[in-house]
Amino acid sequence: MSLLIKGGLVVDPSRHLEEPLDLLVDKGKIVAVEPPGQIPDNGRRIISAPGLVVAPGLIDMHVHLREPGEEYKETIATGTRAAVQGGFTAVAAMPNTRPVNDTAAVTRLILTQAREAGNARVYPVGAISMGSKGQALSEYGDLKAAGAVALSDDGQPVSSSLLMRRAMEYARTFDLPIISHCEDLELRADGVMHEGRVSLQLGLKGIPAAAEEVMVYRDLTLCRLTGARLHIAHVSTGGSVAIIRLAKAMGLPVTAETAPHYFSLTEAAVLGYDTNAKVNPPLRTDLDATSIKEALRDGTLDAIATDHAPHSSLEKEVEFNAAAFGLIGLETSLGLTLKLVQAGDLSLLQAISRLSTGPAQALGVEGGTLAVGAAADITLIDLNREWTVDANTFASRSRNCPFNGWTLKGKAVMTIVGGKVVWEE
Amino acid sequence: MEFRRKDLLGIVDLEPEEIRLILDTAASFKEISIRPIKKVPTLRGKMMMTVFYEPSTRTRTSFEVAAKRLSADTQSLTVAASSAVKGETLADTAHNLEAMNPDVLVIRHYASGAPHFLAQRLKCGVINAGDGLHEHPTQALLDLLTVQEAKGRLDGLKIAIIGDIAHSRVARSDILAFTKMGSQVTVAGPATLLPPYLETLGATVTTSLVEAVRGADVIMMLRLQLERMSQGFISTLREYRQFFGLEPRHLQLAKDDAIIMHPGPLNRGVEISPEVADGPHSLILEQVTNGVAVRMAVLYFLIGGEKG
Repeated sequence: MSLLIKGGLVVDPSRHLEEPLDLLVDKGKIVAVEPPGQIPDNGRRIISAPGLVVAPGLIDMHVHLREPGEEYKETIATGTRAAVQGGFTAVAAMPNTRPVNDTAAVTRLILTQAREAGNARVYPVGAISMGSKGQALSEYGDLKAAGAVALSDDGQPVSSSLLMRRAMEYARTFDLPIISHCEDLELRADGVMHEGRVSLQLGLKGIPAAAEEVMVYRDLTLCRLTGARLHIAHVSTGGSVAIIRLAKAMGLPVTAETAPHYFSLTEAAVLGYDTNAKVNPPLRTDLDATSIKEALRDGTLDAIATDHAPHSSLEKEVEFNAAAFGLIGLETSLGLTLKLVQAGDLSLLQAISRLSTGPAQALGVEGGTLAVGAAADITLIDLNREWTVDANTFASRSRNCPFNGWTLKGKAVMTIVGGKVVWEE
Repeated sequence: MEFRRKDLLGIVDLEPEEIRLILDTAASFKEISIRPIKKVPTLRGKMMMTVFYEPSTRTRTSFEVAAKRLSADTQSLTVAASSAVKGETLADTAHNLEAMNPDVLVIRHYASGAPHFLAQRLKCGVINAGDGLHEHPTQALLDLLTVQEAKGRLDGLKIAIIGDIAHSRVARSDILAFTKMGSQVTVAGPATLLPPYLETLGATVTTSLVEAVRGADVIMMLRLQLERMSQGFISTLREYRQFFGLEPRHLQLAKDDAIIMHPGPLNRGVEISPEVADGPHSLILEQVTNGVAVRMAVLYFLIGGEKG
C-alpha cells in the first residue's frame, strides 16, 4: 500500500533541504517528493503532516540491546520498540552480549530476532576480538557476510596497540569501520565518575579526561598508520574534540559521535549519588559540554548516539561504587537534541543530520536521506509537543534514566520503516 | 538554635550554628565520663545499632561507650566485605535491621555514599561513621572539640593537615569543618596523594610539609596506608618519612603552643615520630576522650527528647 505524507516540512540533510514538500511512498521506497498538492491522493493512505517535520528516519548507531544473554534488562523486541517510540528507524547493536557477537551465528540470531520483532532495523556490530578479550581477531569476513556493519569492542576496549593496528588493517580488508571505545583502562583504574570537583566532594574515585583522550590520540594515530575507517564512540571531553578536529583537518577517514547526556548533563548530576548518572565515559564538566555542542555544530562530531545501556534495579539500586555504568536513551535522545535547536546551538537541519544522515554515513548503511529511490525510513516530528519524561511509560524494559521528570519540547509522533508505519502516537 | 535532623551524613550538610550546638553539648557531656557512676538515663529505651563493613575498633567502641553512657541499648553487626559481595544487598541488609526497630543506625562502609543510600530508604536515623573516601563527620566534630578546648576558639587558626589527603575521609570532613568555623586549612602531601581541585573546598594546597607547618596552630597528621607504596603513590617509606613525617625539628616552625593531632591508628615512625606522638604538644589521646563526648551529643540530638 502506498502512503502520501502531505503538508509537512521536509528536512533532509542529505540534500540540504528544508522546505514544505509532499512525499509519496510505495513498495517500501520513496517514489516522489514534490511541492505541496502536486501528488494526487488517488485513494492512497494519506498522512496529514501540517505542522510536522518529515525527517529521514533517525538512526542510533550505539545501542545495547542485551539480547542474547541479559534479556531481563532488554530484548531485541523491547529495545527496538523503544527505538521506534523515540523516532528511530534503525539502531546499531553493540556486540557485548552473552555470548559476545563475535561470530556469524550470533549476528544472524540478532537479525532474526529483529525481523520477528518488526520494529526498527537492527545493524549488528561485530566484536573486534574473539570474546572481546583483546587477544585474537574475530572473523570479520564472516561477520560482514552475515550482516555486521562495523566492528567494536565497546565496553571492553582493546588495550594492545598492536592488536588494534591489526584490527584496523584487517577491517580495511573487508571495508568495515572500527568503532572505538576510547579508554585507557589502567588510567581509569577504579574510577567511577569524572575526576573533578564533584568526585572530590563526594569522595568517589575519578576517571580523568585523559583516560579517554590518550586513547583517542592512539587510535587516530593508528588510523593514520593503517588507513582504516575509524569511528570514535561516545566522545565526552573537549580534549577529544580538539584531537578529532585536527585529525579531520588532516583528512583522516574518521567520524565521531557523542551522546545526549554529554551535552545535557554534567558531573553535578552525580550529586546525591544518583546511580542513573553513573555512565562510562562519565559525565564531564560544563566546559566539556560546551565543546561538545560546538563540535556538533561544526561537524567535528558527525552523530548523536545514545549508548542506550539498559540495567535493572539489581545493577542500579546499590551503592554507587557497585552500580553498573550506563543509562538508557532511546526515548529521550530526540527531545534532548531538540533542546539544542531551541537554545540556538544547532539548526534543525544540523540536528537531523547528527541523528540520521551523519550516523548513516559513518556506518555506511542506507538511510539518512529522503531522496527518491531511498528506503522509506521516515520519522515525523512534532517540534512543539511538550511532554514530561516518565521512564515508567517507556517501552524499554529498563528504567535507568537520569532525565526522569524533565520537560522536553519536541517528540516523534510517527515512525515509518520500509514504508510501514511501525509506531504512531 | 535547634538541631532537627534525622541523620548525620556529613559535615557538608551542617550549619556552623549546628556544629556549635553539638560541641557545646559534647563539652557538657564530658563530665559524665568522670563521675563515679558514668551513666545518665537520657536515652533509656532507645536502641543504637552499629553496622560496620570495614574493620574498626576505635570508632565503634567509641559509639558504644557513648550510647551506654546515655543508657541506650546497643547492638553491633560486623559484615565482612567478602560475604557482602556474595550475600544480600545493602538495601536488604538495612531493611532487615530496621525490622528490629533500632532508633539509629551507625554505619561504616567502604563505599562513599552508602550512608546516604540507607538514609533515603530507612525511617530510622543514620549516622555516618565513615564512608569510603568521603566523610567521617563525628571524627571532624571531635577534632573541633579538641582544638576548641586547647585554643579557646575555632576561628582564625591555622590548621595544617598532612599526609594521604586523597584517600582520607577524615581530611575531607576536617577541611570542611575547620573552614566552616572560620579557620584557614593548609593541606600538604606528595602530589600523588593530593586530589585535584582541593582548593575548591577552601583549603590551601602545598607539597611541602615545612610550608604547611610554618606558623600552624594545629598540625593534623594522617595515617599512611602501607599499601600506597605497592600502588605507586609513593616510592619508599624511607623517603616518605623523610619528607612527610613529622619530627621534633618541625615543631620549631609552628606556633609555640601548637598542638599535634592524629585520627589514629598511628604508624609510629612513618608519618609521625614517637617523640612527637608522645610529646607535650600531642593531644592524640584527648581526641579519643572527646570522641565519646561528641558521639553522645550526636546521639542525643538525633534520638533524644521528643523527636525520638
